[in-house]
This record gives sequence, structure tokens and C-alpha cells, in this order.
Amino acid sequence: MFLPHTDADREAMLRTIGVDSLEDLFCDLPDVNLFPEINLPPGMTEIEVLEEIQHIADANETTGELISFLGAGVYNHYTPAVVDSILRRGEFYTAYTPYQPEISQGTLQAIFEYQSMIVALTGMDASNASHYDGATAVAEAVNMAYHNFRGKRSKVILSPGLHPHYRETVHTYVVDSDIQLEGEDTPFDAGPEALIPLIDENTALVSVAYPDFFGRVFDYTKLVEAAHEAKALVAIHVNPLALGLLTPPGEFGADIVTGEGQSLGIPMAFGGPYLGIFATKDKYVRKMAGRIVGETQDTRGQRGFVLTLSTREQHIRRERATSNICTNQGLLALAAAVYLSLLGKNGLRQLAELNYHKAHYAAQQIASIDGFELANSETFFNEFTIRCPKSAAELNEALLHYDVLGGYDLGKSYKGLDDHLLIAVTEMISKEEIDHFVNALKEVSNA
Amino acid sequence: MPDLSTSLKVEPTVFDISSPGRQGHYFPKSDVPQTNLPKGFVREDLPLPEIAEVDVVRHFTRLSQLNHGVDTGFYPLGSCTMKYNPKINEETARLAGFAKLHPLQPTETVQGAIGLMYELQEWLKEISGFTGLSLQPAAGAHGELTGVLIMRAYHKARGDEKRVKMLIPDSAHGTNPASSAMSGLKIVEIPSDSRGNIDMDALCAECDDTLAGIMITNPNTLGLFDENFKEVCDCVHEAGGLIYGDGANFNAIMGISRPADIGVDVLHFNLHKTFSTPHGGGGPGSGPVGVTEELAPFLPGPIAAVLDEGNAEEPPLFGLINPEKSIGRVKAFHGHFGVLVRAYTYMMMLGGEGLKAASEHAVLNANYIQARLRDTFTIPHDRICMHEFVLEGHWDDALDIHALDISKRLMDFGIHPPTNYFPLIVPEALMIEPTETESKETLDVFADTMIKIAEEAHTNPELLQTAPHNTPFGRLDEVKAARELVLCCWFPEDKEE
Ligand SMILES: Cc1ncc(COP(=O)(O)O)c(C=O)c1O
Repeated sequence: MFLPHTDADREAMLRTIGVDSLEDLFCDLPDVNLFPEINLPPGMTEIEVLEEIQHIADANETTGELISFLGAGVYNHYTPAVVDSILRRGEFYTAYTPYQPEISQGTLQAIFEYQSMIVALTGMDASNASHYDGATAVAEAVNMAYHNFRGKRSKVILSPGLHPHYRETVHTYVVDSDIQLEGEDTPFDAGPEALIPLIDENTALVSVAYPDFFGRVFDYTKLVEAAHEAKALVAIHVNPLALGLLTPPGEFGADIVTGEGQSLGIPMAFGGPYLGIFATKDKYVRKMAGRIVGETQDTRGQRGFVLTLSTREQHIRRERATSNICTNQGLLALAAAVYLSLLGKNGLRQLAELNYHKAHYAAQQIASIDGFELANSETFFNEFTIRCPKSAAELNEALLHYDVLGGYDLGKSYKGLDDHLLIAVTEMISKEEIDHFVNALKEVSNA
Repeated sequence: MPDLSTSLKVEPTVFDISSPGRQGHYFPKSDVPQTNLPKGFVREDLPLPEIAEVDVVRHFTRLSQLNHGVDTGFYPLGSCTMKYNPKINEETARLAGFAKLHPLQPTETVQGAIGLMYELQEWLKEISGFTGLSLQPAAGAHGELTGVLIMRAYHKARGDEKRVKMLIPDSAHGTNPASSAMSGLKIVEIPSDSRGNIDMDALCAECDDTLAGIMITNPNTLGLFDENFKEVCDCVHEAGGLIYGDGANFNAIMGISRPADIGVDVLHFNLHKTFSTPHGGGGPGSGPVGVTEELAPFLPGPIAAVLDEGNAEEPPLFGLINPEKSIGRVKAFHGHFGVLVRAYTYMMMLGGEGLKAASEHAVLNANYIQARLRDTFTIPHDRICMHEFVLEGHWDDALDIHALDISKRLMDFGIHPPTNYFPLIVPEALMIEPTETESKETLDVFADTMIKIAEEAHTNPELLQTAPHNTPFGRLDEVKAARELVLCCWFPEDKEE
């Protein structure tokens, strides 16, 4: 399959090489189970494969069939047709990292525009070309802060409001370093001020989310002031769609902004691939990991783009590189660039407001059911936490009978929150569906 | 007047073509009552471009036309396996039954997806010989970090805390030392011998009780299968170290040799190389990690598993589990699922025999080009190669010509250059990996072009030094980019400030 060789080609090629058979080409391999039998189903044609895989896909119940209120870091948004039609252009998706700029200006300029729009959205000075996802972007922020102080500051404060998967990823990344992680066990409802007493002259980074995992939008001004007073850095993790409405973190002093770019037109696809956003201030650009595209000129005087500052990277600096990252999320950064260009200034604001209004309507309706209560009094965007009269797991199970994917059961990630549901509402949910959800909740909580 | 020429090479940026009041996509009006916007949290300005839909499409279409991809031409970029990316992969990955799944849905609603992950795990294990496998890592380098963390966790779990040394051959890719450094290991570089194998004396001298292991790419980055491989493994294993295999070059050995059978303890696959998932202009990749039985308890979760075998009436029940001594998550959720669907589709199309044929023909194609170029270029380690080989892009009688000049000249003929200046141990390296999906005609055109360029190097060197000539852009000034550091664009009217 996918081999163009004819028998005649093969014979001619073997003759040119000077061997008799294909097997002769493997003379250097150890004679241990050489040419093993590979026990895989026999190859199939496209018609058969498509039928088989369609069958597997049909064994899933999708968010198209169920009404989904699941968020928790991944959101059910609409992807405009334009985005995928651009992503499907073979010139984009069958290219690799633009090492040869003369024949890669398409990728390079698209990434440069992506960087520019991330800068506009976050209020920072510079963005890289992407990390793998929100989790690894946060882990890279921890690394960057640690190296910024040349390892002399070893404390990193993580808010309990950072996504549990992200915090777990940070733990995995730092296990063999002397970085100490603190702050995660502060009470989830204590607010950002509870982290301030932990900040000291050994603190490299304070890492928080905006909105946080519970959906809350905090004013981080005081926390940032306290961190900067101790000369520590502050990393703020964002949902980029929320920045269509909310004050950008650059305005209240973030040193690093990371984000999960999935909400910018990228399908949920059962967990990935997504887009790790990473932006910082000018003074830290050289400390930032990952590829960066910069503007320049060609020999003919035309404006063009290249990968720049590569002396930070593994292929030059090897074990002293800022990170090991090589392949990143190029095509997803392109998706975000197309998405942001298409929606633009007004479309993104409109979408953000639509999410805001729908979520607030849903929150009011749910909070008015007997026994249900909004757990966050703070500002929220398109996601909020509800305290329920029953265990969240029980409610979710019952809701499935109403074709509803309830919210995220916070008890899975936080001790003592078994009766808390995290509920997300996007533009994909109609008022009717919210009302259906509210009715279902009434019925299943009474039962 | 705007320039309407479609052959325009310099495409304006999205900020340049923005016009206040335009919008490329609209959303329905809100069907719920409005809530007041949050006081003190609403941004004043959102400086994004404003463009009509048709102009967004034209802009990005024109940009795409400035790119070279596998779909537009030959792309023998060594170490990257730029094989044809089957179109069917793009269809299956976009099926609503996959694309519209939330990763945190109850597992009973996503049995198909977890079942697919499970089967892909089994297939990758079958083809590599490993016992355990995690699909979570996002790319090759991420798989390396995962593997190295597993090696460290394994040693520590045995109370063997002093194993902090990682051996890395001088031919290794930069991600290998960088990944080891990220997990706090001390790196010792091991030289290669005159046949391109690992230098055994240098290796054995470092094999002591502080050894965590070695990171080996085999076939190595010279495109050679290490003739000392068994001895290397024995020496490291005897000292108590582990063998990490960088599977970037797995495309040479599918159905031919299984890493676990010949001594490898941990290996990452690159689904975006070997298993035909597209490179996306720099990603996404996917870097599953396979391990031996001893290391399986340390794999990052979640891993797809059969929770209940089922029977004649009931299908098996799939679920996601975490290994008992897991190093923990290396990213959110369960890996690049969309990429996994593509790799699964590819493996299903080819089957065991097809995968073997793919490797055989990848090796055939590389050896064919090597044979055709042998008389024209210096090939520092001239043996039967695997799926790629490295030659020197310079001549003693044309001293002003560098590998880079050859690369740039190749573009004039519609060919993507080989990998330049890697591996570091070959002067003026050009690393050529044709892959199995290229026809003899394409290989011949490439070989003929290389020979023609070699001739030009001697008769008209300037033609190479000023190349490329037939591309939309000439050579780009990298020094200027790094010195002036313009990393983002803005609206033309605000630029002056
Ligand atoms: C030999 C080798 N190892 C590791 C890598 C890193 O893989 P990735 O780019 O998927 O992170 C590469 C990639 O390009 C490679 O060629």
C-alpha cells in the first residue's frame, strides 16, 4: 500500500545497489528474531478501512448527540468551516518545521501572525510558536522561572485553582529537580490572597489561572504586587476565548501568560491535539523555550520571516537548552491564527459575550432549584461551580438518561467536593437545552 | 490602489489587510436574557484584525502557496520521514464519532475511542516487542522525557539513587541530551568509531555503578545500523544501566527487527514519522513510549485497558487506568487522540506485511540514491545504509561551496533540501531520507539533480552561492532577524508610535 514500485523498478534498483534481494539490505542487523511474524490484521483497502473505523466511531456517543455541559479545560465550541478548509491544504499540513525559509514562508508568516494575535489578546510583548498543550505550557513556565534565577530560587507556588492535570504534569516534570511546589493545599475557596503569605525571597514563580479551574475570574492585582515585591515572577494561565471580554493579564502585570488554545476553533477530539499558548515580556524573550518566528528580509529586499533566537534550542545548545521541545503544535497554531483572523475584534467579543450570557442564565436557573447553590460568588465567564444536594456522580449518571452530559464531578480532583459540579455553557447550547438541563436536574435531585 | 496581482510574493499580514467594521464570521444573537458585564474586568480594547471571510480565505490560501510540502514535491528531509500522508487518515480523524468527543465523558459513552486506543497500543507493542505502552506523550522529545523519567523512577524504586549518568553518542539528536538534562541527569558524550558505530572502548570505560543508561538511536543518525549493538546493550546492562531507544528511525525496521528483542528497554515511537501522520508545518506529533515488563509499572497514565473481557453476547468493557508506580501525567488528558486515529488508520491499511514492505522499500530507496551518488559525493561511512544516509556537501576542489549552498540550489528544482548540518560529526552533512512512498523516477530526478549541482559547484559556484533563484523568496537574513528581533506585527497606523 502506498508503494509505487513495480517489479521491474525493484530489480533495477537492487542491481544498481549491487545486492540480490531486499533481505540482503539488512545484513547489519543482529540475527535475533530477524523478520519476525507481525501479528496484525491483514492489510485492507480504503473502502474496508473506512467501514471498520466508521463502526468504531459509531460506538461513541458524541457531544452532537448528547447535550454537553462538560468543560474543565476543554470546551465545545463551533469551528467555522473556513478553519478546517485551510488546515486541509496539503501545502500546510504536509510540510514540516520551516527550517528552509525560502520555501516555507507560508508556515512562517502564519506563525508570525499567530504570535502577533496572541500578543494582542494577552497584552504581553512576545509569544512563541506553541507548546504541546496547556499543561506542558504551565510546566515550561515553571522551568523558565527556575532558570531565570539560575536555580537560586527553588520555590514555586501553584494555585489550587490551576487545572488538576496541569499541576500533576508540573509534579512529573520537576521530580528530579530541587524545585518545591507549594500552595496547592490552600482551601479552594480562599481566593488568591491566601497565596500571598507563601511568597518569600526563595520564590521563583507564582502560578495561577484566569479564569481558574472552578470558573472564577479573580482580580490578581494584589497577588502580582506581592510577588513582584519579592522579585518573583507571576505566570497566569488563560482561556484565550475569555480574553475576548476580560482585561488581558498583561495589564495587571503578568510576567508569563500560558493558555490552552483549544477554545480557538480546535475540535475536542477526545483530548487532543490542542495548543499550548506561551507569551512573555520582552525582557524574558531569550529565556522562553520553543520556536520563535521573527521578521527579516531576503536578498531581493522582500520582507520575509525566519525561525529566530535558535541558540536557545536543543539542536544548538543540546543539554544546556531552555527545553527539549522540537516538534510543537504548528498546525493548531495555524488553526488559531485563521480562527482569530476570521472572528476578529468584533466576532471574538461577540462570542465571548454570548458564552458569558448563556452561562449566567444557566447559573441563575440552576441556583434557583431547591438545594442547588452557586458556589462561586465571584465573577465568572462561561463556567461555574454548583453545590448540589446529592453527589455529583449520582446526578451525572441520572442525567445521562436525559441525554445530558452533566458537569465535571469536582470530587474526582478535590477532597470534600463530591457534591460539587463544574458546569460549562458555550454558544453550542440553546436556551431550550439549558431549560431541559434545569428540568432534568430538578427531577433527578428529587428522585 | 491595492495591488490585485495574484502573483504577488510578499503577502501583507492580517493586520495590513484589516479594515474597521469588517467581520469574517458571525454568531447567532443571544437567546437568553442579558447579564451585566463584570465591572472592572472588561477590557477596553481588543486589537485584533477585521477582515471579511473571502479575504481571510485568500490570505491563507496565498500563504499556503509559498510552502513546499510532501503534497507538492519530494521532501527527503533526513531523520523526519516525510512519507506520503494518506488522505484517508484525514477523513477518519474527522469523523464526528471521534472529533466531537469530550475527553472527560463517562467511559461508557466512549467505548469506541478507548477501544481504538487499546488496539493501537497492542499493535505498537506487537511491532516493537514491548510489554507496556503509553500513548500520552505529545511528540518525540516528549516521549524521550517520559522515557528518561521512567528510567530514573525505576532506579530510585530499587533504592539505587546514585545512577545519575546518561551516555549519549555524539551522533545523537539534540533532544536526547536536552531531555536527559531536564530530568536532572549528567550527560557523558560517547564518540563514534570509524565505521559509524558507538566506540566500544569509550562506552565500556563509562559503564559503572553510577550509570542510569544510554540513549541510542538505532539505526543511528548516520542511517547505519550499529554493528556493535548487542555488545553495547550487554555492556550497559551488565553495569546495571538501561537502554533508551530513540525510535525516530523506526521506519527502517518494521517487521524486520523488534527493539525489545535485541535489548532495548524503553523506546518512543514517532507516529508523525513512521506511521504517516502529517507533520503539520511543525506538529502536532505523537510520541508513544513502549517499555519492558519491568518498567511497565512506571508508565504515565492514563492507559487504555480491558476492564472486562466480555463474552459471546457482550463486547469487552474498556477503561482508562493508571499504572501502580506511574511517574504521573506528562500532559493533560490521554494523548494526541486525533493523531492516534490517523496512525491506527494507517496500520489498518497496511497490516503486518504492508508495514514490513514499507520498511524494506524505505531502505531500498535510500540505498538506491546512495549508490547513484557514490561517485560524485564523499560518503563518510560507505556501507549498506538503512532508510537514510549522510553525505558530505563539499569538495576539496570546490572549497567555497558548502552543504547549505547545495541545499539552496536544490530548491530551484522544486526539491526540498535534505537535513543540513546534522549529525554534527559529519562535516557539511547532508542527511538524505527518501522514504518508501517515492517512485524510482522521483529518486532518479533527485540523483540527476544532485549530480548536476555537483558539476555546477565546480564550473559555476556562484550559481549555488546565490541560490535559490526560482523560489518566491531568496535567502533570508537570519542575522538581521536575531539582531532586530521583530516578533510580532501590528496595525500599520499604529506602527509609528
Ligand atoms: C533522531 C531524532 N530524535 C528525536 C527527535 C525529536 O522528535 P520530535 O521532533 O517529535 O520531538 C527527532 C526529530 O526531529 C529526531 O530526528
